[in-house]
Amino acid sequence: MAVKVISPGLSTSVQDLGRPGYYHLGIPEGGGMDRFATRIANLLVGNEPGAALLEATFMGPELEFTEAATVAVTGGELPPKVNGEERPTWESFPVKAGDRLSFGYLKGGARAYIAISGGIDVPVVLGSRTTYVLGALGGFEGRVLKAGDELPIGTGTGTSGKSLPANLRRPQISPAELRMLPGLYWHRITEAAGKRFFEDTWKVAPEADRIGYRFRGGAPLEFVEREQPFGAGSDPSNIVDACYPYGSIQVPSGTEPIVLHRDAVSGGGYMMLGVVISADMDLIAQLQPHTPAKFAPVTLDQALAARADNAKLMARAEEYLAG
Amino acid sequence: MSIRFNFGGDEHIFGEVSEAMSLDSFFIGLSMTNAVKAANIKGVTEICPANASFQIRFNPDLIKPQDLLKELQSMEDAASKSDSVLKTRIIELPVYFQDPWTHETCMRFRERHQDPNSTDLEYSARINGFATIDEFIAAYSGQPWFVSMVGFVAGLPFLYQMVERQKQIQAPKYLRPRTDTPKLTIGHGGCFAAIYSVRGAGGYQMYGVTPAPIYDPTRKVRYLTDEMCLFKPGDIVKFKSVGRDEYDTLLEAVDANTWQPTVREADFSLTEFNKDMSGTNAKLMELINGR
Repeated sequence: MAVKVISPGLSTSVQDLGRPGYYHLGIPEGGGMDRFATRIANLLVGNEPGAALLEATFMGPELEFTEAATVAVTGGELPPKVNGEERPTWESFPVKAGDRLSFGYLKGGARAYIAISGGIDVPVVLGSRTTYVLGALGGFEGRVLKAGDELPIGTGTGTSGKSLPANLRRPQISPAELRMLPGLYWHRITEAAGKRFFEDTWKVAPEADRIGYRFRGGAPLEFVEREQPFGAGSDPSNIVDACYPYGSIQVPSGTEPIVLHRDAVSGGGYMMLGVVISADMDLIAQLQPHTPAKFAPVTLDQALAARADNAKLMARAEEYLAG
Repeated sequence: MSIRFNFGGDEHIFGEVSEAMSLDSFFIGLSMTNAVKAANIKGVTEICPANASFQIRFNPDLIKPQDLLKELQSMEDAASKSDSVLKTRIIELPVYFQDPWTHETCMRFRERHQDPNSTDLEYSARINGFATIDEFIAAYSGQPWFVSMVGFVAGLPFLYQMVERQKQIQAPKYLRPRTDTPKLTIGHGGCFAAIYSVRGAGGYQMYGVTPAPIYDPTRKVRYLTDEMCLFKPGDIVKFKSVGRDEYDTLLEAVDANTWQPTVREADFSLTEFNKDMSGTNAKLMELINGR
């Protein structure tokens, strides 16, 4: 069983739930940027939640199936079509041998997750099938898909007509609210700058990808004056190169915050204001360029409570799909 | 010296040994991360040493953040008193300085540089007080470097030269990062050298290229079959300046997969090093040259 790539879309790659354990070598965990959508897409087609699927960015691919399979599309509202006929999102549907799966225009969100029963059976590298494009590692030949690729598919059947209702999914709100725990090098900016950072409404910049999301439109940061420590570099936003957490918010030269995501660069020399909480990482995955967003400070306890809420939502969805 | 601990969201603890770079700080960070590794703490998923800091990632569903913090704090005393002795290795890496590829790239991004009328090498030599580029290269490749961090992208080493602070070469990063850097470029930013393991964006000054792959996701390069990444923190690196002809010869051997770098086991003591830097370095370099 295989799937032929007729056209690849804008940036479509094989992802699963990631490759933890190699960040100390600069290899990020990767995996679907929207983990909820990744898990649900797989469950809808009868796969393990961490099976390999396709993550399509802004625009869908066109695929041809050599054998029958069950398919589900979750995440952003990217309407799937089988031989030109529209199919629902967040619901599994059947395809026959020779069928073509294509997509209409993106109606909401930014990334769609396309799961195929049996999962995409590319080789497991360092414990995962996730594509790490910068390092040409894993996935399909370590890169995003190209026309003419043939993706091997594992064995699995799945049932069509399984769906997850909207009330079991997290709604998107505008402006997006990204909760963050201030810290790390927060003390480098003035109190007034810190206040402004949360008051301003930011916009997602065109430079937004799996590595990180850049935001613009807010006021430049004012730094607390100091003599730069040895080895840090001369800009007030420079630090002695350190590790970057997933979700960390760095502000090079104090102008445009960048939130690192699942293909994060693992370290560098820019100060960070803090870290977006784990519960809100999926939200970032579904932000299109020019989308407004605000940052909101929370405490560690609030971050843990939000994480627990997210886990409950996931558990309810899983229970619903199992029932 | 006391470590500044901080939560990085709900999944990371960041520990800053000191704001400024020094080998003493690096060693404390390394001792801490080694201690965390040895303690085998449930819920810890990533242990990342950095230049003068470190980062631990954890799953808060498996360990309470405050409990992990307490555990880390309890290790601090032992880590800062550890005797800083390392069983490591010295690796000799050929570098073709003033090569045509980084030169072409550096000219392409001139408007993003502090001094558009000089090359990266001319600029760096000048601001560090060297009369000529040759003298600058001699200093760069004359004394060994310590791998004080691996990261940014897969397998990229940050290198800290093993010389007195006043002899450290320093250079700012580009005003705006380049969108391109040739693969295996030797670059410099702040007090750190870096070797770009893959082609891509970058902000460091560019001085040369090595013919030796340092990251191989396919594990076909003969010395990267077990580990995809050549470097780990604590390795010692000595650059060997080579000309175009030697570079071409080496590249052919790399392509034929017959070449591998000279690597020797080495014992390193920070106390000994701090007492006598040039003596310690001379002994290390003898391991490579003395035969």
